[in-house]
Amino acid sequence: MFKWKTDEFSWVDFTIDVLRILIVLAVVVGAWNTLSSGRITLAQWVNLFAAGLSQGSIYALIALGYTLVYGILLMINFAHGEVFMAGAFSTVFLAEAFNRTGFLNEQPLLAILLMIMFAGLVSMTVAILLERVAYRPLRGSPRLVPLITAIGASFFLQYTFRGLYGSGFKAYPQVKILQGAVSIGGINIPIVQIFVFCSALVLMLGLYWLVERTRVGKAMRAVSENKEVARLMGIDIDWVIMFTFGVGGFLAGSAGVINGVFRPQGVNFFMGFIPGIKAFTAAVLGGIGNIPGAMLGGLFLGVIEAIGPNLVLAGLGIPGANQLKDVIAFTMLVLVLIFRPQGILGERLSEKKA
Amino acid sequence: MTRIFCSLVLVINLLAVFPLPVAADGVCDDPLGCVEIGPDDPIVVGAMLVMSGAINYLGEDTLGGVELALLDRDETLLNHEIELVVEDSLCTAEGGQIAAQRLAADPTVVGAIGTNCSSAAQGAIPIISESGMVMIAPSNTSPSLTNADIAAGGSHRPGYFRTSQNGLIEGMRLAQFAIYALGAESLATVHDGDPYTSGLAGAVADTFAELEGAVVFEGAVNKGDTDMSSILTEIAVHQPDVIYVPLFEPESNFFAAQMQYIAGLDDTIILGGAASFSSNFPENTGDAAIGIYVSGPLVSGDAYEELLAQWVEEYGSDPPSGYHAHAYDATNLLLSAVEAVAVVNEDGGLTVGRQAIRDAVAATEDYPGLTGRLTCREDSPFAGDCSPGTALAVFKITEAEVFDDNWPPPLAWNFAVDSFD
Repeated sequence: MFKWKTDEFSWVDFTIDVLRILIVLAVVVGAWNTLSSGRITLAQWVNLFAAGLSQGSIYALIALGYTLVYGILLMINFAHGEVFMAGAFSTVFLAEAFNRTGFLNEQPLLAILLMIMFAGLVSMTVAILLERVAYRPLRGSPRLVPLITAIGASFFLQYTFRGLYGSGFKAYPQVKILQGAVSIGGINIPIVQIFVFCSALVLMLGLYWLVERTRVGKAMRAVSENKEVARLMGIDIDWVIMFTFGVGGFLAGSAGVINGVFRPQGVNFFMGFIPGIKAFTAAVLGGIGNIPGAMLGGLFLGVIEAIGPNLVLAGLGIPGANQLKDVIAFTMLVLVLIFRPQGILGERLSEKKA
Repeated sequence: MTRIFCSLVLVINLLAVFPLPVAADGVCDDPLGCVEIGPDDPIVVGAMLVMSGAINYLGEDTLGGVELALLDRDETLLNHEIELVVEDSLCTAEGGQIAAQRLAADPTVVGAIGTNCSSAAQGAIPIISESGMVMIAPSNTSPSLTNADIAAGGSHRPGYFRTSQNGLIEGMRLAQFAIYALGAESLATVHDGDPYTSGLAGAVADTFAELEGAVVFEGAVNKGDTDMSSILTEIAVHQPDVIYVPLFEPESNFFAAQMQYIAGLDDTIILGGAASFSSNFPENTGDAAIGIYVSGPLVSGDAYEELLAQWVEEYGSDPPSGYHAHAYDATNLLLSAVEAVAVVNEDGGLTVGRQAIRDAVAATEDYPGLTGRLTCREDSPFAGDCSPGTALAVFKITEAEVFDDNWPPPLAWNFAVDSFD
């Protein structure tokens, strides 16, 4: 466990181990202080956990897009948050129309399904265009080049959608059937949070099935493993990469609608930035390139973000703990990069692939 | 007609009490310099308003007030056309800074209406003040903006005035409302670090404590936060009777909408600030907005009814927010000051002293504006405050605002009429 004891002494290893101990101590002391004070009731902890799980489901869906693209191209598509925004922002108008005509509340599940399909298609189109126009011409260039291009593409998409739909905020209409809560053991769990988690789970399982059980999934895995060999096997590499972008885009668009059902407010051209960064964190946390890892990373991040401020930071007496929610997320990223660079479920990659 | 009469009264007052600082032959001897307007040139009035972003409705609302004030004068002053230059100050200090820089760079601008947001004002004030111009804000409320004690966090500089009420006054009244009208014994406040929200939250908490109420939680969220469950849980630990939340949209929407999911806050009342006083708030918040109290401007009177009728005729709909009357008054203060101090040259051009404009606005006393009788104060922490602070009310959002597009909501308390006795 402690490398500096067994191997040759190194100040770097020593410092990292001290850091490890301090972090564990801080978490234990903070959690102990909070739990022993009894300030927060069980019902409130469950509320926080359920909200975190729902938020985490959305992070997970977006994170899958990052991980799919990384798995196949070894690039970080930093414009993926904007792919999420494209679907969410475009579909808010469809949702408003459904609400105006009464369709949203007469046939809520069908309406949401149609919204997910629409958002998925919009985001898929954006993702495919992004790959075709911005990334494909750069394939084979140094890895920094597509990375910078992705950041540029991100701004381009933000301001394109600002031009299309304006800079004001929109909100998804409420779906009446999803209002209210179900009581489990005397604790109320909001129906909308159960819906969000279940829908995200269905989409994640669908993706897992696609990748593991279908021919195209096998092709994706083959391209991810070795492009040249896959090409020799007759796989159309360009098509598979485009398909992968499309699938990631579809999931991001779906996440946009699910997010709109969960937290209807705040839909605007900038809404993809923070979820995009968080989802990237989730993908790294779970092990970038690893599909179950992205799912797990997203859920883990959502729950840690929701519970962490009240459990650990407030227990340590840190004022304004709730404002440090983002700090927790990005601290997790730093800690993962320091202590387990391959992520929770990731494997150590060879020098060539890493 | 009433409004034109009011403007005339102001001009006559100013001419009577205010010595002309510009030499009669048009040679400028004003310590801050003069705006020289050629015989065929327009009088340029600037506006720094939030024209994009989440609360652009506030910019549209106040811009309408400015335009109607200009229309009342047939867009003409001293036989010169009035030209309006609008800069988007956003709702940030950077936005205010850029808007102010653009106006300050134009030597023909006689003064500016704006900003809407207190944060934007903090960016704009040093530049406008340094340039010798005046700015008259129609919807800033942060107490720091009229506090000249820089060491104590004040940011007032010469040239800054406002027709909106000071947050200290608003905070005091809302705390009284919470205690005497709602019967609250404990209070939580939440702001987002913006000078507007933090100023108001602080003012409400201070008065609530002075009135022997218990301030059980004072916290903040980050701008851009969407998940409020953490802070709501922390508030639920303290079980306040009222939460004062002067947040902007969409944070205020998220806060109100997520409160219903947190155990322990079932009986807690939300009291929102004027930033939530727009028809978008109930629409975007949904069911959770029902029962929320929001403070907002309340203007009444025949002159205001005339303005509303003119608004509908001009724009085809109702004003999107409640600060158009304040903008109307601000524009009239500026134009009347220019009218009072401008020297008409032999060729028909104008020479307008910048210090003279400032002094003329500062000399405003008992001006019958739409928002009450305006008197501009010079004493910190009210330096530049021209509002009587009476045009304030609390409204309660009902189902009609959420589902039937009704706006404004029914009155819960009118500070100009109701008393706590």
